[in-house]
Amino acid sequence: MSHTSIEGVNRQQLIQQLQDVLPADAILSQPEDLRPYECDALSAYRQMPLIVVLPDTTEQVQSILRLCHKINLPIVARGAGTGLSGGALPNENGLLLSLAKLNSIIAINSELRTARVQPGVRNLAISQAVAQFDLFYAPDPSSQIACTIGGNVAENSGGVHCLKYGLTVHNIQQIKIISIAGDLITIGSTGLDCPGYDLLALMTGSEGMLGVIVEVTVKLLPKPECAQTLLAAFDDISKAGTAVADIISAGIIPAGLEMMDKLAVQAVEDFVHAGYPVDAAAILLCELDGSEIEVATHTDAVRELLNNSGATEVRTAKDAQQGLTFWKGRKAAFPAVGRISPDYYCMDGTIPRKNLARVLQTMAEMSQQNGLAIANVFHAGDGNLHPLILYDANIPGELKRAEEFGAQILELCIAVGGTITGEHGVGMEKLNQMCVQFETIELAQFHAIKAAFDPKALLNPGKAVPSLHRCAEFGAMHVHQGKLTHPELERF
Amino acid sequence: MSVIDNDISQQLQAKVLQAISTGNSLTIKAGGSKDFYGRKVSADSVLSLAQHQGIISYEPTELVIKARAGTPLKDIQQALAENRQMLAFEPPVYNEKTTLGGTLAGNFSGPRRPYTGAARDYVLGTTIINGKAELLSFGGEVMKNVAGYDVSRLMTGALGTLGVIMDASIKVVPMPEAEITLVQSITITEALAKLHQWSGLPLPISASCFYQNRLYIRLSGIEKAINNAGQLIGGEQLNNAHEFWRSICNQTHPFFQSQHALWRFSLASNTPALSLTGDMLYEWGGALRWLKSDLSSQEIRCNDLLLNGHTTLYCSNAQRDAVFQALPAPLLALHRRLKQAFDPHGIFNIGRMYAEF
Repeated sequence: MSHTSIEGVNRQQLIQQLQDVLPADAILSQPEDLRPYECDALSAYRQMPLIVVLPDTTEQVQSILRLCHKINLPIVARGAGTGLSGGALPNENGLLLSLAKLNSIIAINSELRTARVQPGVRNLAISQAVAQFDLFYAPDPSSQIACTIGGNVAENSGGVHCLKYGLTVHNIQQIKIISIAGDLITIGSTGLDCPGYDLLALMTGSEGMLGVIVEVTVKLLPKPECAQTLLAAFDDISKAGTAVADIISAGIIPAGLEMMDKLAVQAVEDFVHAGYPVDAAAILLCELDGSEIEVATHTDAVRELLNNSGATEVRTAKDAQQGLTFWKGRKAAFPAVGRISPDYYCMDGTIPRKNLARVLQTMAEMSQQNGLAIANVFHAGDGNLHPLILYDANIPGELKRAEEFGAQILELCIAVGGTITGEHGVGMEKLNQMCVQFETIELAQFHAIKAAFDPKALLNPGKAVPSLHRCAEFGAMHVHQGKLTHPELERF
Repeated sequence: MSVIDNDISQQLQAKVLQAISTGNSLTIKAGGSKDFYGRKVSADSVLSLAQHQGIISYEPTELVIKARAGTPLKDIQQALAENRQMLAFEPPVYNEKTTLGGTLAGNFSGPRRPYTGAARDYVLGTTIINGKAELLSFGGEVMKNVAGYDVSRLMTGALGTLGVIMDASIKVVPMPEAEITLVQSITITEALAKLHQWSGLPLPISASCFYQNRLYIRLSGIEKAINNAGQLIGGEQLNNAHEFWRSICNQTHPFFQSQHALWRFSLASNTPALSLTGDMLYEWGGALRWLKSDLSSQEIRCNDLLLNGHTTLYCSNAQRDAVFQALPAPLLALHRRLKQAFDPHGIFNIGRMYAEF
């Protein structure tokens, strides 16, 4: 392995070149040191990197990128590695750039309600640091204890509260990036807009393909005066879907509106004993926040709407503690499902809410056909589904079947007017489904954007946007309603 | 309500194709209500979106409206109001012809912007024609979508230099149950201090404006809640509040009626009061400041406090050259390459944003 050469660069020579710009302990090259970096949270995809680098200054990141640019070396940026789509999967011929050591909160401005942080700062650490000013950072992906802000920007992370407070793209003001050529570029502004193109939006969710984020200025919000959580049980999941639409129609935007189906509820109840009604076909959790008057008014309105839409039971948390208990189950849903199945595969499609009942019905049929159970956990308010496909990796062929089932679910999401990923990103995982969601000319436009930032295609190569050849191959296997998805391309 | 439903995508695509083959440049125009904005474009011909109209879909329970670029904003606002919904970014409606497409192309957002977000925050998806005459769709009609780069938001605010916005899906929000506006007489320094104090509290503020030593605060939400907040904020209730905010948003207020050049400063909201010769009006909690002045561009842009953000020569009868603040070299290079990626033949709105592209 030590003799691997890339474009004429010997691995040992490369280590020496890196030693010129980095301290010795910032370079990992032994197999046992590289192993922890071989995958992110989508562990079905694994690849050892050539070398791992752990810079602790922005200048070091610049030097590393300049070197990569000079010798045409691929580089993959990584935060905490909690991503669920293989976006931080290493490149076998490239560097894995860990930004974990860039983990300082540089400044908190309580007057402007912003925090300037390095990319390796954990999501939750921001809210903890600003709690003293009664402020918080709104996006709260379920991995918020561990995931870092750099990764959040790269993936445009959401969370349970984004129905009301928006995604990462709505909650950041400025970023600093290092281009592949090593230039430090500030994007965004200290004001509410900036001259030129909205590169802040373009960078957000770009999955490490366009530049390396070395600083993020996040917007902070005043903590709401109070919050209230309601839990409703339904004997029919489509009634729960109707209840969601009714709440929105009434002009109420809850802070969170989550749904779980029967299998998810049962798994969670066995695990955390939140007191969930285990015989319900589905439960809804609705969190309302704001001033005391607002919360009281909306709580009454939502309770009535839930009862009218056929809920078999509606509980209102007696106090904050009970509210937390209601949420505890939702937050533990993934590990709870992990207890009832040797493995699970978490999907991330988004659909227009009105199609919820139809999609659930079709997924149930697919589940039977594929012989694999699914537990459903949704951000119901914004139509973001997280079906968990249960399988056993030790049974030959089951992982493959789970992946095929997952692909069918994503294509179902597209068919009903939705998207293949709401918040987890495309990464390595959903490249084929990108061929279904987009036309060749749209993918070509994405590639042109990529080339504008990274003409040598060194940043996270092979992720997020499939090559047109890949789509042609995939399309050949995959004929939709008798039509090839990319008829203009050669088949081979 | 009778709204025109007219899809002329194919004709527009043909015109772009023709421009490519003849080597002609195009200026994109719909209602023309924002012709005053940006640098002057001297294109060979006009690509008119004015007839490309109509609400393609609107489902109130999905909180999404999808409409063609040439649809007048007033039609969209009316359709939403019938369902007690609205555009959260409160875009200016300069006249009856103001369209959705122009609003998005300039990322135009009104008084509600600092409290609920800008136009770009509510764009969920777009269809565009790029400089190769290709009709492309990005994003969609769902709230969360991270498949592919966020081209929809990139198009928002690009002033038509990257491509033609054909239609867009916009997230909408419920109208507040009630609104009140409070006015107090106060100095600018006191006003900025109060605005920052309030912005750190969970108050239902939905607009703020300071002009001629009067601070106007609008509160939106549940009646009881805004009344409570009003007691904390203080001041007299303004009677014709709706008209007042409309005049600020649509720039029909006497402040905006002038022969002087109008400058727009987008700054960190806690930037101290600026001492520049001219009349000044503040919005967005101090983050947006308008200056009517005959000072030269150089005299204005050398003010140190303006380093806290950026300046735009919003409207002027005379100079229309350096309208937008110059970009640092690496950023400008990136802009050029993006322009090339979308409009390789250099057809669309050349020079509207910057002379270079």
